[in-house]
Amino acid sequence: MTTEILHHSEDAHELHHNKEAKALFGFWVYIMSDILLFGSLFAVYAVLHNNTFGGPSAKDLFSMPFVLIETLILLTSSFTYGLASVYARHHDRKDMVVFWMMVTMFLGVAFVTMEISEFAKLFSEGHSWQASGFLSSFFTLVGTHGVHVTLGLVWMGGLLAQVLKYGLTQTTVGKISTLGLFWHFLDIVWIFIFTFVYLMGAL
Amino acid sequence: MTNDFKVIDEQFEAGRNAINSYVIGFVLSIALTLIPYVMVVNHMLSVQTAVVSVVGIALAQLLVQVIFFLHLSRKSKPEWNLIVFIYTILMVVFLVIGSIWIMNNLKYNMNMADASPLNSNEGYIPQ
Repeated sequence: MTTEILHHSEDAHELHHNKEAKALFGFWVYIMSDILLFGSLFAVYAVLHNNTFGGPSAKDLFSMPFVLIETLILLTSSFTYGLASVYARHHDRKDMVVFWMMVTMFLGVAFVTMEISEFAKLFSEGHSWQASGFLSSFFTLVGTHGVHVTLGLVWMGGLLAQVLKYGLTQTTVGKISTLGLFWHFLDIVWIFIFTFVYLMGAL
Repeated sequence: MTNDFKVIDEQFEAGRNAINSYVIGFVLSIALTLIPYVMVVNHMLSVQTAVVSVVGIALAQLLVQVIFFLHLSRKSKPEWNLIVFIYTILMVVFLVIGSIWIMNNLKYNMNMADASPLNSNEGYIPQ
């Protein structure tokens, strides 16, 4: 009888694990579709980035030190989120998970704030998305990434509340891994924005 | 009891390895961000060399993040994650290179059309 119960609970555990692995894979497939979305936007930018309609080009508009700081902030936030997920998965340390998630959120908010201020500056100087094909594609590409980061932050806030309320259960740890995929993915997309929009624009 | 300790030790060991992986990934990705930045801002290379090296470094950065942050290489089993990822990257490469190719071609042909009297709109009367 005892062995049967044990066996049963092991099955349940495995079932739960399988469910989580499936959910994680499903989310991975969603990220793949998001890669296609960003791939299309990168293609649009590649085609339109010279169509400045006589206006300023990437070289005249972007401040490189500002963009470097943005990049380093997002890279660091990816790292700090990684630490949170390690403490959740391997050490069962709720305090550390909460701490590193809060650091990540702080960095994420700093990144979004910097991006909004860059957009506001461009807009107030008259370089809005209506000014040229180059600026339309720029705002669409970078803005779509910014919206993703913002949604990721909202999600992280919700998850943080769940961790605080329920602790590190199998479910919350699974969700931490899922959000991790999303957050690291956004970091990778930004690396390409940094390279193709800002670095190559400055050449 | 000893077994329990062993399990905890293994967990701790796995955790330490995971942290090491994130630290290595973080240091590498910072380096791969600063190197192209310094190269571009100080105009250390000719434009063509700079483009090639900046794109190469971005691809290295992609590899670093996929391995050390997403841990794609460690997932064993049927490797579906890796297969769909490679397929998606392939699609994006087709999409981006195809778009640039077609649109450049179009631009080239449109300029030709402007120059040729046969294809110009001069004297064209709309019905």
